[in-house]
Amino acid sequence: MKAIEVEHLSKIFKVQQNRGGLKGALQDLFSRQYNEVAAVDDISFSIPQGEICGYIGENGAGKSTTIKMLTGILVPTSGRLNVGGYVPHEEREKFVRNIGVVFGQRSQLWWDIGVIESFGLLRKVYGVPEQDYRKRLDELVQRLDLGELLSRPVRKLSLGQRMRCELVAALLHNPSIVFLDEPTIGLDIIVKTEIREFLKDMNRQYGTTILLTTHDLQDIEALCSRVIMLDEGHVIYDGGLDTLKTRWGQGTRVTFRFGAACPLDRLRLLTGGLDVSWTADNELHAEVLVPGEVNVSDVLARVVGQAEITDIKITETTTDEIVRQIYRSGSAGLPEESVRAPHA
Amino acid sequence: MRPMLSAYTDFIRIRFLTMLAYRVNYYSGILIYMLNIGVYYFTWQAIYGGKGEIGGFTASQMTTYVAVSWMARAFYFNNLDREIATDIRDGSIAIQFIRPYNYLFVKMMQGFGEGLFRFLLFMIPGMALALLLFPVKLPSDPVAWIGFLVMLFFSFLINSQLNILTGLAAFFVENNDGLMRMKRVVVDLFSGLVIPISLFPGWLSGIMQWLPFQAITYLPGSVFTGRTKGTGILDVFGIQLLWFFGLLLPIYLMWRAARKRLFVQGG
Repeated sequence: MKAIEVEHLSKIFKVQQNRGGLKGALQDLFSRQYNEVAAVDDISFSIPQGEICGYIGENGAGKSTTIKMLTGILVPTSGRLNVGGYVPHEEREKFVRNIGVVFGQRSQLWWDIGVIESFGLLRKVYGVPEQDYRKRLDELVQRLDLGELLSRPVRKLSLGQRMRCELVAALLHNPSIVFLDEPTIGLDIIVKTEIREFLKDMNRQYGTTILLTTHDLQDIEALCSRVIMLDEGHVIYDGGLDTLKTRWGQGTRVTFRFGAACPLDRLRLLTGGLDVSWTADNELHAEVLVPGEVNVSDVLARVVGQAEITDIKITETTTDEIVRQIYRSGSAGLPEESVRAPHA
Repeated sequence: MRPMLSAYTDFIRIRFLTMLAYRVNYYSGILIYMLNIGVYYFTWQAIYGGKGEIGGFTASQMTTYVAVSWMARAFYFNNLDREIATDIRDGSIAIQFIRPYNYLFVKMMQGFGEGLFRFLLFMIPGMALALLLFPVKLPSDPVAWIGFLVMLFFSFLINSQLNILTGLAAFFVENNDGLMRMKRVVVDLFSGLVIPISLFPGWLSGIMQWLPFQAITYLPGSVFTGRTKGTGILDVFGIQLLWFFGLLLPIYLMWRAARKRLFVQGG
């Protein structure tokens, strides 16, 4: 069964245009000009129950707008939506009982009251029976190590402490679908790891469907088997993380430092017949890109012994680099030489 | 499954306790209200001179009216307009939409928690102080007391409804500060807080009978001062009821329109 189904979803915002100068300001007073901006432009995807899916893209790609439509906050301009059996914006109050949402940049706890009081209030808001609440809270508090934080007012918590409390607040009613909008933003590596572990466990134990937006690709690597990549409101990639790596990955990069000048032409000659590409900053320093099909040792065998080498460094293309490449080619419209057309 | 009723009463309780935590702010408030009552009291004393009645008010009724109007304001006043506008402008309204409750109803409850705090810790001690300082005459008829207290609650409801409408305007205009300031002045003036409505020129008081503002201060004040008695109390209470139900419609329409327009600031 599908937890989330999205078909031809679009959201168009009217953005007010301000005319310049005093005359423009006066004109604006009487007749406003608007620009239509499609934040999300005809996207479709579906996510089966129990999947953890990463939703990535640059700032302003339309990630948050999608999440806000999926959670019933925004009403779509057009398209069809089904989340956990509901059309979010139409049956909002019933629908939200079944979902949990964390916005990394906004708190959903009440600022002035103690953490435990916030939880108690949420219990009543969601109508969770006392017994279930106790059990669930004990479990979460133990898992996220919140013991001594519970009595503190929210405004006295550090960001890491607060974020762990936000997670509990979003999960107290045991939702089957969870939306996380940049849940690890601004957190240190220890808290990040903790939160990732926790989410993975939750997914395994309860089969919770998770849709996650993030700028930290380590979140994606740790959690998601699938990613959806967005650019300017369009889906530009939807598939497995592995496929993304093999399709977009540029293979291995080998960096050489030479003791004596070694011109690029000579190096090209040495590796003649192999499908590799050389670049160099100067004659003492060169880099070769070895695609997946070519054996790195073959390349090394040709070069080593023929040139005076002082240092060799071998690096795999990281997801970060891959994604950076895609972003760059996707938005600037200038495909890098080794990057194939992004449309899946 | 509805949210438990106790969730809504919890919003009242929590707001009450939060206000209690910041109660020191309110001690100065009592002084300011006393000062206002004092200023109006002496002004009216000077205006009356030896005259028996102005606009149907005797000098002693006027003193009582001024004191009770300001003290009623201490109860029904709240900042729901500002709170709602802030939620809309900084985008935290998004959080309100992921909860299975009605945002405006929650706001109303919070406003009531604040009202309850102001009633117990502001209005009652303030009224006691006013009794000591000025020749205020409390009604002797229990019907006037009951009528006044019921109407006072509806003053709160109607004033909060107007606040909600003004606050929701932030959905439609970029900056509704001016609107909120104007609303505050209009409510103070047209509700009869500054000058009782019967003292306005005929045409203006005629218009005012068709506006909701008189239901906030003037009508309950008339009951308290004994200018409206017996079945007259039911008549003025009826006006309040009409406004209370009448204002639900524009709130509903505005809320529905706002849902479609919602534009969460800050991504």
